Amino acid sequence: MSKLVIISVSPGTSVQDAGRFGAQRYGLVPSGAVDRLALAAANALVGNALFAATIELGPLSSVVTARGGAVRVALTGATRPADVAGQPMAPNTSVTIADGESLNIGVARSGTFGYLAIEGGVRGELMFGSLAVNARAGLGSPYPRPLQPGDELQVATASSANEKRIDLPAAVEGPIRVVLGPQDDEFDDAKELFLGSEWKISAMSDRMGYRLEGPVIKHLHGHNTVSDGTVNGSIQVPGMGQPIVLMPDRGTTGGYPKIATVISSDLGRFGQTQPGRGFRFKAVTMAEAQAEYRATAELLQSLPGRVHDANILMLDIKALQSANVAGVAVSAMDSWTWQTQLSAEAQD
Amino acid sequence: MVAALSPPRILPSGDAAITVEFSRTIDAVANRRVLALDRLVAGDALTGVTETVPTYRSLLVHYDPLQIGFEALGDKLTELALRPLPEATATRRWRIPVVYGGENGIDLEDVAKTLNITPDEVVARHVGGDYRVAMIGFTPGWSYLSGLPGSMQISRRQNPRLLTPPGTISIGGIQTGVQCLAGPSGWHLLGRTAVRTYQLHRDPIFLLEPGDAVTFTAVNEKTFTEQDRAAEGGEFVAELMS
Repeated sequence: MSKLVIISVSPGTSVQDAGRFGAQRYGLVPSGAVDRLALAAANALVGNALFAATIELGPLSSVVTARGGAVRVALTGATRPADVAGQPMAPNTSVTIADGESLNIGVARSGTFGYLAIEGGVRGELMFGSLAVNARAGLGSPYPRPLQPGDELQVATASSANEKRIDLPAAVEGPIRVVLGPQDDEFDDAKELFLGSEWKISAMSDRMGYRLEGPVIKHLHGHNTVSDGTVNGSIQVPGMGQPIVLMPDRGTTGGYPKIATVISSDLGRFGQTQPGRGFRFKAVTMAEAQAEYRATAELLQSLPGRVHDANILMLDIKALQSANVAGVAVSAMDSWTWQTQLSAEAQD
Repeated sequence: MVAALSPPRILPSGDAAITVEFSRTIDAVANRRVLALDRLVAGDALTGVTETVPTYRSLLVHYDPLQIGFEALGDKLTELALRPLPEATATRRWRIPVVYGGENGIDLEDVAKTLNITPDEVVARHVGGDYRVAMIGFTPGWSYLSGLPGSMQISRRQNPRLLTPPGTISIGGIQTGVQCLAGPSGWHLLGRTAVRTYQLHRDPIFLLEPGDAVTFTAVNEKTFTEQDRAAEGGEFVAELMS
């Protein structure tokens, strides 16, 4: 056993996994990672189950130290500088922190949350099948609160596996897609204003909800509707007309009209949008939203197959050869591709 | 003759949940239909349904779009919602002890003034209500009860309090609430109970179910303190009457 010791930590850093489900009817919200794709990618890099618990890192800098043995970790999510004892660590890769050495994680340059997966996962007591921190409910393990300097996580000692990197598809750009409803009929022209305007995420945002800055969205019948159930991505409009997008630590019910809901596939991308950066919403049909849902599920399942040894250059040699763009396409890093070419020529 | 039930509205809550809305207002029949549909969904073990959240006026149904689509699930839920309502079935009734007023119920005096009655009369009317758990939500164990006597209905506070104590018993509009954890509230605080509606490492972790009946009973400060100590150790201090 090794330990990962928290030396310093960004605000908003906590242990998160996929979340806990089945008790929303009792007011217990699932919590869980804001960016599930980045969570799963980090876990895939160190051979964990895709939705195992990781450290969800807030946007500022953090330092962790391995004690009692080496610790193998992977870092995904917000892009930021990182190094182990001065050796730079590339984004979306794994690295082994030797006993006594530190991983220094810099300030996020784009995105908000980073995911630090630890080979073998985080040791803790499952509550409703999850280690995810929900500070209001006193849940989460090993600490039922955000991480603090001095905290120690019991972890596996690093294996001798090669370091990995993961080949992720290019980040999706463009507007954040929503499905209108469930209470879009509480808004009239305000719907056009909502979809036609540029929005910014307020600095007054957290894992409960992201407050939006933009035009005032007016209700048809006032804002005092009767509470009903919420989901991650519910966009509720309180009395002052500035929408709030509900995030994984939301209340399970809410009493403000909900104009639209962010589609599941865009929740992570939305959650990574930095405060102050302009973006737009776009309404899509249910069919489009659920097609995207299936595509995202396939992408998540493909992650383990996208993990490669870090020191091998990724080139799709066969594709280059069949396209015949390069005549003879080989990888300087991989002698097998030279052999293939030579044997192919011998046959001609 | 039983009047035909009107179909509920099937509303999308994103791509992985459906809101089945029976009413836009707080309505006893709508809440009965919500709870009946909730039971039918649980009993039928509908393919793809992952969990449900009953509220005053609607049932939120979380589902897995990889297993069932919006249209198919919406049709199935409509069909279930139109089945005849079962006769009001026997349900559990809890007696919940409350210490009213003083530092445990800092709004009791103001509520009495607003209603132009004595604080004792406020307590008598609150204890005299016949309550049902209409929904549990917002934070763990926060139970919203219907059945507040009409003579007790006053609008919410102008300025919500950012922090109210655990176990707070409060009123707001036509509702009364049993709060479990400390948290913000815009309601009027009448008292506190030692009952934990949510307690980790206790079996069951959640005490009340939507649909349960509740009777309040007044206790003095000394009893509250004793019960609070017992409850902290995991004992039930709510009494199951039926």
